[in-house]
Amino acid sequence: MSARREKLIFEHSRPGRGATAQWPGPNPDAAPSTVPAALRRRSAPLLPEVSELEAVRHFTRLSQLNFSIDTHFYPLGSCTMKYNPKACNQYAMLPEFLGRHPLAPDSQGQGFLTCMFELQEMLKEVTGMRAVSLNPMAGAHGEFAGVAMIRAYHRARGDLARNEIIVPEAAHGTNPATATMCGCVVREIPVDAEGDVDLVALAAAVGPNTAGIMLTNPSTLGVFERKIPEVARIVHEAGGLLYYDGANLNAILGKVRPGDMGFDVIHMNLHKTFSTPHGGGGPGAGAVGVSQRLQPFLPIPVVGRDGDGYRWLSEADMPQSIGRLSAFMGNAGVLLRAYIYMRMLGHEGMSRVGEFATLNANYVMARLRAAGFDLGYPTRRASHEFIVTLRRQAKELNVTAMDFAKRLLDFGFHAPTTYFPLLVPECLLIEPTETESRETLDAFIEAMITILAEANEDAQKLKGAPWTMPVRRLDDVRAAKQLDLAWKPPTATLSG
Amino acid sequence: MPFVPHTEADVREMLAAIGAPTIEALFDEIPPQLRIQGLEGIPTALSEMEIGRLMSERARQDGRPLCFIGAGAYEHHIPSAVWAITTRGEFYSAYTPYQAEASQGTLQLIYEYQSMMASLTGMEVSNASLYDGGSSVAEAALMAVRAHRKSRSLRILMPTTVHPNYRKVSITTAGNQGLRFETVPYARDTGCIDAAALAAFDGEDITAMVIQQPNFFGRLEDVDALTDWAHARGIFVIAVVNPTSLAILKPPGEWGTKGADIVVGEGQPLGVPLSSGGPYFGFLTTRMEYVRSMPGRIVGRTLDLEGREGFTLTLQAREQHIRRGKATSNICTNQGLLMTAATIYMTLVGPVGLARVAEASAARTSELLAALGRVPGVRLAFDGPRFHEAVICLDRPVAPVLRQMEAAGVLGGLDLAGDYPELGPALLVCATETKTSADIERFATALGSALKAVRAA
Repeated sequence: MSARREKLIFEHSRPGRGATAQWPGPNPDAAPSTVPAALRRRSAPLLPEVSELEAVRHFTRLSQLNFSIDTHFYPLGSCTMKYNPKACNQYAMLPEFLGRHPLAPDSQGQGFLTCMFELQEMLKEVTGMRAVSLNPMAGAHGEFAGVAMIRAYHRARGDLARNEIIVPEAAHGTNPATATMCGCVVREIPVDAEGDVDLVALAAAVGPNTAGIMLTNPSTLGVFERKIPEVARIVHEAGGLLYYDGANLNAILGKVRPGDMGFDVIHMNLHKTFSTPHGGGGPGAGAVGVSQRLQPFLPIPVVGRDGDGYRWLSEADMPQSIGRLSAFMGNAGVLLRAYIYMRMLGHEGMSRVGEFATLNANYVMARLRAAGFDLGYPTRRASHEFIVTLRRQAKELNVTAMDFAKRLLDFGFHAPTTYFPLLVPECLLIEPTETESRETLDAFIEAMITILAEANEDAQKLKGAPWTMPVRRLDDVRAAKQLDLAWKPPTATLSG
Repeated sequence: MPFVPHTEADVREMLAAIGAPTIEALFDEIPPQLRIQGLEGIPTALSEMEIGRLMSERARQDGRPLCFIGAGAYEHHIPSAVWAITTRGEFYSAYTPYQAEASQGTLQLIYEYQSMMASLTGMEVSNASLYDGGSSVAEAALMAVRAHRKSRSLRILMPTTVHPNYRKVSITTAGNQGLRFETVPYARDTGCIDAAALAAFDGEDITAMVIQQPNFFGRLEDVDALTDWAHARGIFVIAVVNPTSLAILKPPGEWGTKGADIVVGEGQPLGVPLSSGGPYFGFLTTRMEYVRSMPGRIVGRTLDLEGREGFTLTLQAREQHIRRGKATSNICTNQGLLMTAATIYMTLVGPVGLARVAEASAARTSELLAALGRVPGVRLAFDGPRFHEAVICLDRPVAPVLRQMEAAGVLGGLDLAGDYPELGPALLVCATETKTSADIERFATALGSALKAVRAA
């Protein structure tokens, strides 16, 4: 990393300085303000006063303190950190798209709406679902929409007792959190030793209160849920619906579709499978797809075809909709990027995504196993990701998954997901994605082997890591106890 | 194929290392009856040149009309540096800063963002963003229920001067958890909350009251009196604000005697393009005493092993990946890149520039209203202090008038017939610093001609 540390922007600030080219000029003809004194701000907000160059340099330097897909291999499990093609950004940012107001009439947005309609159609095709709404703004938001639709479906049938959502213990934390947000009760069920849902526990859990089950397939354990036909049968026979968490859709693109597996409602993480940017934590996009019986409940707006043109459907068109999830139309610019990506891949490219994501994961898994690492599920194929468990190293050498993760940073690799899923101790969840070359994978494997050797010979190299980052390991306990969440000018600090 | 680097030799050697005969064999755990053979419904691949041509055609189809619609999404000048830096791969293609040591850039930027938003709103702490303005109102209502120690009613006062879509999102998002949103009407002469109607809630158990400033009609509410009224009854105040306006308007932290309790809003005006409605970002700030009830990511400054300052995600015990079903929200990833753009925007315009943007927008709106006032058949719906929006009433139905104006390349505002039918033919209009006197003249002329044409028809 070229830049090491960077002062806070407030420390660059000098009263009276400014990027004045960005200010609107004074308007001598302006009418006097209508804002009365009582409603006026009395002291200026603490925004920095810097020149344009100082601002550009500061934020460019900050960017250089980050690992990113463009600069580093980023095998963060369950996050699908694949290459984000530059064309997707460039063509989603054409001035006409950027300048279009969300409440502009549909007649002034037929180009945009055509893209959205075709995106809905393509997402239906790759998932095998009957209808799609593009409105949810992230995966968790799509989950919310999905569970809300399940509730609305049962309510519309007068089936009011169904308020339990079943979640396997390996699920993402958003699954139970979402169920709670939808006013449901969460029932967690175990998985068996090979990572499949425990069918006996499932059969015992379902009943007249079951609203549905939330499943990720391939699961967060990095394996395909082989008993999915039986799971679907048990839940459907009990009167519940199946929710598909699309976090791992990348693994099966072009090979198997959630709709064909029996799922009634799914969300897709367009920022994973369809390569829209992760943006340092968003914006995502969590489009939802449904089977026929849930179609009336889709969140609005949805793009519909109307004669030769397209328009947003609203409450009037979809009176049973669960309603509106965003002020406008969801993360439209993200949706454009997903559309461009899908068109560039085409059906040929799309069905190879799952193949090469799976090839890369199985390759890294096979080589790490051969090098002496323990796998979370050694009898299984990897999906697009797999689990290494360092339980043995933690016991024998006193090095943890966290130590391994931090040491990987020194080798120029972002760490895999650590300590998730929660039921495999000292785990690393590794997802290489299809866009990484064999050479990159080999370099990562070599780093893992070197670190394992270090763990045996000189564990301090791991315990003290990272050594080469802008900061050493940070004190999280201090961060949470002595809360420092906003900068204050030095004088304010002294006085209080 | 695009974006997959494997050569045939790579595939062969990698399969050998795995011990599998073909890539197909790697899918042998999937029940065969579920397998599909390809995705023929997806069109054939386009090269970058071809997709560029297609997208340019689609964009051209949409054109660039002169737009006077506001209603929660505002056209402002965006400095070139904002998106030049925001789309750098190091920001664009990084993820949530789980590995703090390798994400100090994003983390420090979030800390700077939190500092700016806390100061702008007059509060002590900010989270690292939410989805958008609408969902931030819903999250604030849920947070008020968690943070309020005494009220158990789950009743939230929601005036009709709050953006209609924010009210709808709140019901969709929080209704399933039992929250009830009680309508408070506006006064027909002022377009502000009807203070007399609040008396109906005296003595009732109410958890929180939402106050939007400037309100949906662009009017300025008497926030001091409303805040004090609520606090005197133990009701939390949720302020919904436009961040640009806060450069000149009293920050919610100073409303009334005690200040608002939770502040939320749409962050789009801070350097985020209109882009058909997203991606935008919501913001949420509050007082330190409620920090543990906040939804979303929060970054804190701390020390490393050698005692140097650094930044990390903190208070994660509130969040879904730790608390699962008991988390403060299911929110996970949200709008990091937009928060990045907003931080760079606020830095570039600074306190003086942001106040100039706010004043210029307010002045342009006054100029617009003066010009429209000279058009026969047009009158201002509500008089009184405003920011950069206003409702005008027409003597003819709005929809055909807007269609006529559209043909002249002018988007004349938002028709309020759907959400406020009691106003009669009414149009919400907005001008910001991006509009010139010539633009305003063009609007007035187009509106005059459109009204004439509709009258003649």
